[in-house]
Amino acid sequence: MTHESAPPRGLSRPGKWARGAAGVAILFLASEILGRAGVVDRSYLPPASSITARAFELAGDPDFLFNVRVTLTAWALGLLIATAIAVPLGLLFGSVPAVNTAVRAIVEFLRPIPSVALIPLAALLLGSGLKMEVPLVVYASSWPILFNTVYGLDDVDPTAKDTLRSFGFSRFQVLLRVSLPSAAPFIATGVRLAASIALILAVGTEILSGFGDGLGMFIAQAGNVPGGTLDVLAGTVWAGCLGLLIDMLLGQGENRVFRWHKAQRSGAS
Amino acid sequence: MLEITGLGHAYGAHRVLEGIDLEVGEGELVTIVGPSGCGKSTLLRCLAGLMAPGEGKVVLNGTPVTGVPDDLAVVFQDYSRSLMPWLTVRDNVALPLRRRGLGRSERRAGAAEALASVGLGDAAGKYPWQLSGGMQQRVSIARALAYRPSLLLMDEPFGSVDAQTREDLEDLVLRVHRSEGVTILLVTHDIDESVYLGDRVVVLARDPGRIRAELPVTLPAGRDQIGTRSDPEFVRLRAEVGRLVRGVAADLSEAASR
Repeated sequence: MTHESAPPRGLSRPGKWARGAAGVAILFLASEILGRAGVVDRSYLPPASSITARAFELAGDPDFLFNVRVTLTAWALGLLIATAIAVPLGLLFGSVPAVNTAVRAIVEFLRPIPSVALIPLAALLLGSGLKMEVPLVVYASSWPILFNTVYGLDDVDPTAKDTLRSFGFSRFQVLLRVSLPSAAPFIATGVRLAASIALILAVGTEILSGFGDGLGMFIAQAGNVPGGTLDVLAGTVWAGCLGLLIDMLLGQGENRVFRWHKAQRSGAS
Repeated sequence: MLEITGLGHAYGAHRVLEGIDLEVGEGELVTIVGPSGCGKSTLLRCLAGLMAPGEGKVVLNGTPVTGVPDDLAVVFQDYSRSLMPWLTVRDNVALPLRRRGLGRSERRAGAAEALASVGLGDAAGKYPWQLSGGMQQRVSIARALAYRPSLLLMDEPFGSVDAQTREDLEDLVLRVHRSEGVTILLVTHDIDESVYLGDRVVVLARDPGRIRAELPVTLPAGRDQIGTRSDPEFVRLRAEVGRLVRGVAADLSEAASR
């Protein structure tokens, strides 16, 4: 789950983009034809061109932009706090076997609970707005970061650790100077996975919570007005685009910062 | 400077080392050679303080080794895993100097000097994975030298490089040994290498690992790959070490009379 999949062999970068664009075009066309041909009621499934037009319109709507900002604030805050909590915890679990065994059962109990299922409980305990949204985002996005940190520590080369130890570095310094940088690419991948989950949680919480602000709130409220399907879909398109953009930016950041990781893996070693 | 007395170790019921007594003098280059599984690596880890031996003791410069000694550096066989891929060559070499409490510019200067001494002055800004295997091992050696250890341990340092590079690196070790006067304990499974490099060759036997013999190498100090290897004394010594490593009870008087 943590390994970066290599681009398909034999495809250049522009080739990859062209294929991606072709996929989008086909989907767009299918939705357009389906919408215009009257196979389904137009108010249920508007043609893709109308959705796109509305989405562009929303980009200039201050009210909508405010909602997006609220969602992104919850997302960023949640992801930041999750990273600040999960990385040190992962380092602790990954480097002290006794702690790892002790918390294993708790972790395995909590992990299968879908985070979305906790929304009603969180709403009950924490009310609404950022103060309930952020904790949920933190909870959900901590897992991939935590697991990738532990996994990354497992992968640290014992020879590299021995090397620094033989120069008299303490265990903590070895953790800081060898284990942490060595696990950093895995942690970064965990953060990228968590970023998507955080967005899902942020939007999802807003949709389900019933009142407040945010992109999810916008979508939920549009769904309650007659003929609001267009707004629902345009809002959803924006949610998707945000997710795509975030994933791309983080992916590119990873490639740039962890050039050594790829180079070493594919190297002669 | 290094005294090992009665060192032994067992992993569970399996005894890997037994009754190792060895002394290494200041500035000596001692090679330890033995068949695979004779506990060479365990011995080295005990000396480096990376593990505590089950019995016996190690004294370095008059101080018993309990943790990792301050004055020691190790060069591992696996250079690609021993160097940090996220650091440049310069930063790799400079990293241990943090333990010496040196400032950033002093660390950099020390790294530059050590890299120049192994002929890699130009590679400082590169990353280890951009270098060949032989060059990477040079970086490891430079890192150890920059630390200015009184004892340098080398664990089969040339086990994973090609023959030509190996000879170059052997000569590099001889050169830095002469110029820096550092005491070196080098573990190898290569019989020729043990004789070529050593002032003294220690032959280990296996099951359990113990010292079978210690042979002084009486070759002249200035050694070179072609001349030294064809020296009759070299040929005699490597034959003797070879017999000892293979476990054939060498008849020393017979060997000496030849």
